Amino acid sequence: MAETLLKVERLSVNYGAIKAVRSVDFHVNRGEIVTLIGANGAGKSTILRTISGLEKVVAGNISLNNLVLNHMSSERRVRSGIVQVPEGRRVFPGMTVQENLQLGAYTISRKSQNKTAYESVYEQFPILKDRRNQDAATLSGGEQQMLAIGRALMAQPKMILLDEPSMGLAPLYIQKIFDIIQKIRDTGVTVLVIEQNANQALKIADRGYVLEGGRIIATGTGDALLASNDVREAYLGG
Amino acid sequence: MIIQQLINGMILGSVYALLALGYTMVYGIIKLINFAHGDIYMLGAYFGYFFLRVLHLNFFIALIFSMAICAVLGMLIEFIAYRPLRHSPRIAVLISALGVSFLLENGMSYLFGSDKRSFPQAIKTIQYHFGSLQISNIQIIIITTAIILMILLNIIVKKTKMGRAMRAVSADEEAAILMGINVNRTISFTFAIGSALAAAGGMLIGLYYNNIDPLMGMTPGIKAFVAAVLGGIGIIPGAALGGWLIGILETMTQAVGLSNYKDAVVYAILIIILLLKPTGILGKNKREKV
Repeated sequence: MAETLLKVERLSVNYGAIKAVRSVDFHVNRGEIVTLIGANGAGKSTILRTISGLEKVVAGNISLNNLVLNHMSSERRVRSGIVQVPEGRRVFPGMTVQENLQLGAYTISRKSQNKTAYESVYEQFPILKDRRNQDAATLSGGEQQMLAIGRALMAQPKMILLDEPSMGLAPLYIQKIFDIIQKIRDTGVTVLVIEQNANQALKIADRGYVLEGGRIIATGTGDALLASNDVREAYLGG
Repeated sequence: MIIQQLINGMILGSVYALLALGYTMVYGIIKLINFAHGDIYMLGAYFGYFFLRVLHLNFFIALIFSMAICAVLGMLIEFIAYRPLRHSPRIAVLISALGVSFLLENGMSYLFGSDKRSFPQAIKTIQYHFGSLQISNIQIIIITTAIILMILLNIIVKKTKMGRAMRAVSADEEAAILMGINVNRTISFTFAIGSALAAAGGMLIGLYYNNIDPLMGMTPGIKAFVAAVLGGIGIIPGAALGGWLIGILETMTQAVGLSNYKDAVVYAILIIILLLKPTGILGKNKREKV
């Protein structure tokens, strides 16, 4: 049986006065790519932000490897092996590509470990190596997304959370980013990705959950959800 | 004559620069104008006074001790007076900073009297003459110390993990949190560094002007704040540049015989520069983040 890495049980979260997430249950097994899809405002981002500790859990439970995260600081969550690539990339402007990567490894204290992490990130994203002394703000959107992903991998996580990784990217890069996500999984990192580009996300995902109004309304394998008439009508443009 | 005034202005400006660095770093990281910063400079001078007069320490050892104590005090002030208000409206923290400032000024007046005290002549003044130029060893010490501290600051900010974390939190606090950066610790560290620099400024000015009093931080505090804005608030090299510029402007104004109006002239020039470039000399016209 597959081993559960991330488990979210009856999670409720408020976003200001709005009940953004209502008693949501889902899990991600080790080595899986799981996607949460749904319209804008369905609560996808809020769930990811809560897993990273940016929003408070109102009710329910989040655990990683049976370790309860609910009241843990964001720093300890990163140290426990779960790292987020935020929506809109959020690379640090005014800092070089290399410095951005160094910041990704903030929680890693051993220099030798850092070195291996650099090598593997640079191997995966040769463009970052070419631009390592360049201000991150001067990179194109797609390159910034690679940097944001590389930066997260520097923490050597068990699992990464990707918030709308394809948003605002040129079509050429969108495909590239989805290829990268699969490669990351192949290196043993578990992936939870939320996307408005549901079609693409479901194609690479092992399983998916459909969110609406803060609730999960459907779940299944990526292929099954792609084939489902309801999901196609609502989220895949018919 | 002009060169002489330029040198004098650079000396005074170095002290403004040391103070301005603290304003700009704190503003950069928590968007607070720390009105109590000038009072840390005053405390730095008083600790220096104590170490020199009572313990008879060497000036530079006293300087390091005073910087260390003020670093701790700076962290303490942030922890007690600013951190609990971190998520309150910005005006609340500003008022809290004003409160801390009055507390330190009046507290020191109460404890040690509001009279001026003469600062120990820990280093004997020697005047050097180069043709018509005149410079003292004290002036050389002030400018050298200030430059060494700025180089150290630059190394800390550019090359160390803590420095990178500071820049990351300044640039995007939430993204920094997602990297596992401990924001509270980073902010504490920023206050420590800024306060240590202010303390150094206070001791250097004590050595230069030979007297200190509990309100000595008010005017230089405001001028250093102006220097930080002039250079581009939140931009570290801008603070140093602004400090020197104000120091030079001030001495030049005095040199042309406008001593009584020196502050007016300095601020008039400030207003003109800000009208032409509201983000300061090194400031970029940035969009506000959404």
